[in-house]
Amino acid sequence: MTDSKKVIEIVKQIGEQIQMEKDFLTELDNVIGDGDHGINMARGFKEVEKKLADLSGKDIGSILKAVGMSLVSTVGGASGPLYGTAFMKAGAAVGAKNEMDGNDFIAALEAAIGGIEMRGKAHEGEKTMLDALIPALNAIKKSYEANNDFKAALTSGVDAAEKGVEYTKTIIATKGRASYLGERSLGHQDPGATSSCLMLKVINRML
Amino acid sequence: MVGIVIVSHSQKLAEGVAELAKMMAADAPVVPAGGLDDGTFGTSFEKISTAIDSVYSDDGVVILMDMGSAVMTAEMVIENMPDRKIRMLDCPLVEGAVVAAIGSSANQSVEEIAEAVQDAASEKKL
Repeated sequence: MTDSKKVIEIVKQIGEQIQMEKDFLTELDNVIGDGDHGINMARGFKEVEKKLADLSGKDIGSILKAVGMSLVSTVGGASGPLYGTAFMKAGAAVGAKNEMDGNDFIAALEAAIGGIEMRGKAHEGEKTMLDALIPALNAIKKSYEANNDFKAALTSGVDAAEKGVEYTKTIIATKGRASYLGERSLGHQDPGATSSCLMLKVINRML
Repeated sequence: MVGIVIVSHSQKLAEGVAELAKMMAADAPVVPAGGLDDGTFGTSFEKISTAIDSVYSDDGVVILMDMGSAVMTAEMVIENMPDRKIRMLDCPLVEGAVVAAIGSSANQSVEEIAEAVQDAASEKKL
């Protein structure tokens, strides 16, 4: 399905997409957070981009772990430890492979989600990135098991993630900075769910 | 003496809390680890790591955090130092820091300090 070289390109594209949507992500976070999600993610992925050249030739697990470690130390906000752990766990799940298939991707995404749940002490339904990622994983698994067509599975994953982002508008935040706003967080989409969905869209576009 | 690291999204807040804590225990090894490297709001893996390094001894280190990523980032720093005796304290930042500093200065252990801050956590102001 994909190889190390492609994974590096995908990470680069995710970074570029985040730069493009930096202001939008920040604006979402202004309303129900501390207003730094876009800025932080942009900073984090800018630092990741600087490291990508050195990752050429490395296996996929190492690439993802390096991306994760970079994010932890440069994002500056909650998304640092959360996405950082996600990428590191994904990297550990894939291991020292130079190619990965649909099953590897599912294992990686599952590990990433587990990492976020552990690090954030969160689960679905609390208005977080998990509300995009968990529906996406479930949709991907269901589709792939049924049709063995990974591209189609990924597309259904993106669809589920988008629905997840919309869903976050309808619930009150019980995690993160938004949870301090209580009912005032209603009606607003979660920034973390939005950036997670963005990543899945880029991955889908590139594969 | 147990080292004390104050983690906050705000550099000024961490420095202020450390200052306040040291007013009660001038010799306690309290260091701030607030804000990002450029002084803006956020939590820095590097700053927290360096702060722990600066006050670490066999007596160990306790960490106090404001909220959110301060907790998660501190956790990840600790995971990266598996052989060290470091404990995150679940207590209010200011009151906890003061109690921890007094405890450290009195040569309390990490465990004794952790217990002492729990009492501080349930104290009422009014």
